[in-house]
Amino acid sequence: MKYISEFRSGKIAQVLARQIHAAVYPDRTYSFMEFCGGHTHAIFRYGLSDLLPSNIRMVHGPGCPVCVLPMGRIDDAVALAQRPEVILCSYGDTMRVPGTDRLSLLKVKAAGAAVKMIYSPSEVLTIARANPGRQVVFFAIGFETTTPATALLIRKAAQEGLVNLSVFCNHVLTPAAIQNILQSPEVRGLPRLQLDGFVGPAHVSTVIGSRPYEYFAREFQRPVVIAGFEPLDLLQAIMMLVRQCNERRAVVEVQFTRAVTREGNLKAQELVAEIFELRRTFEWRGLGMVPYSALRIKAPYASFDAERRFSVTTRSVFDNPACACGAILRGVKRPLDCKLFGTVCHPENPVGSCMVSAEGACAAYYTYGRFKDSPVGAAT
Amino acid sequence: MCLAMPAQVVNLAANGCGTVLLGGVSLAVSLEMIDDVRIGDYVIVHVGHAICKLDTVEAERTLALFEEIAMLATATA
Ligand code: SF4
Repeated sequence: MKYISEFRSGKIAQVLARQIHAAVYPDRTYSFMEFCGGHTHAIFRYGLSDLLPSNIRMVHGPGCPVCVLPMGRIDDAVALAQRPEVILCSYGDTMRVPGTDRLSLLKVKAAGAAVKMIYSPSEVLTIARANPGRQVVFFAIGFETTTPATALLIRKAAQEGLVNLSVFCNHVLTPAAIQNILQSPEVRGLPRLQLDGFVGPAHVSTVIGSRPYEYFAREFQRPVVIAGFEPLDLLQAIMMLVRQCNERRAVVEVQFTRAVTREGNLKAQELVAEIFELRRTFEWRGLGMVPYSALRIKAPYASFDAERRFSVTTRSVFDNPACACGAILRGVKRPLDCKLFGTVCHPENPVGSCMVSAEGACAAYYTYGRFKDSPVGAAT
Repeated sequence: MCLAMPAQVVNLAANGCGTVLLGGVSLAVSLEMIDDVRIGDYVIVHVGHAICKLDTVEAERTLALFEEIAMLATATA
C-alpha cells in the first residue's frame, strides 16, 4: 500500500539499526518510553527490539485508550447496555474488556442485550434514526485522534434534533498523561523508572500538533520525537532521540513530517472545543486520578450526555490484585512480571485490559511470542 | 484502536463525504475535518473520518533520506 509499504523496508531497517548501534555511547543506557500502544504493537510486530543495541530500553507507556479505561467505566457501559430501552454502540476494541465479575459487553450481548459493534461514529446516527423508540447510546473512547469524530456526531445529532441519541464520553488527553508520568514518584522521587525521552504519538499529533509537547521537553528536560507507526519511522525516531541525548538537548522534533505540523488540525480542534470541555479529574487505570486529563460534554449539548441522561455514577473498582496492568501502564513492570501472563490470562480469556486490546503491552508480548524476553523489567 | 491509514481520495460528494481507496478497497469517509481536499490527495483515515492530509512531498523527502542513508552505508561497507 502506498505510503505504508515503503516505510517497512527490511534492508533500510538494517541500515538504520546499524546507525543507531554506531551512535550509542556504550557506557550508558538509554530508556525511551513509547507513549502509544500503536508504537508498542509495531515494536513487537516487527521485532524492532532485536535490532536495537542492548543498552536501549523501550518502556511501554499508557497510550492505549482501551487499556487505561478503569473498570468502573466498563461496568457503567455494561449497565447501560442492560437497560431494556437502550441500544449501546461500541467500537470493537471495548467489547471484550472484562468489568466486575468479568462481565463484558460481549457477554451481555450474548445474554440478549442490544449491543452493536460499530466502526465509525456516523453509524450511530443511522442506528438512532432507524430506532426512534429506543435510546441509542454511543460508548465513546479514545485519545485526541478519535475525539473529533465523536464531536462531529454530537453536532450532527443536535442539528437534526435527534432526541434518542446520547454519548457516554470517555475521551482522554495525551499531554496530561505524559505529565502525570513525569511527575510520578517513580520518575521524580526515587528513580525506579529511568526515562530519557519519549517517542511521541503519530496520529494524536496529527490532530493536536507538536506544540503541546514543547512544555514537557522544556520543563522536564526530556526530548520528544513524534514518530509514525511504521518500523522505519520508529527506528529513525529512536536515532533522533539518541542524538538528542548524546548532545544533551531536550526539544520536540517531528519524524512524522508527512502528517504532523506544529499547529495540528485546527478545524478538528475547533470542533472538539465547541462540544467538549475539560473534566476536573478522571480515573485512569494504572495512573489513578489524573487532573484535567479527560473531556466531558459541554452544557449546551448536555442533552446528548449519557451520563446525565441516565444518571451514571461511576464507582471506583479495584482491579484483580494479581493483574499487573496498572504497573505496566506506568512503565514500572513488564508483562512477564505478571504471574497470570500466559497462564490464566491470554487473549482469549483476558484478565486485564492490557491483554484485550491488540495495542496493550500484554497482548503484544503474547501475540508476538516474546515469552523469553530477558527480565530487564524497568522495575529493577 | 488508534489505527489510522493513509488512503487516496477518489471521489468527492456534496455533503462533506467522499470515497477513498484503501488497499484496493473503496470506502466512504467523512472529509468534513479537513479543508480543500481534491481528488488524488492522500488523507489519513481513522474511524471513518479523514483526520488530516498526508503531505506527499514530505513523505517523499523522508523516503529519499532513507535511500541516501542506505546508499552511504553500502558505499562505506
Ligand atoms: S498478563 Fe493479564 S493479568 Fe497480567 S498484567 Fe497483563 S492483562 Fe493483567
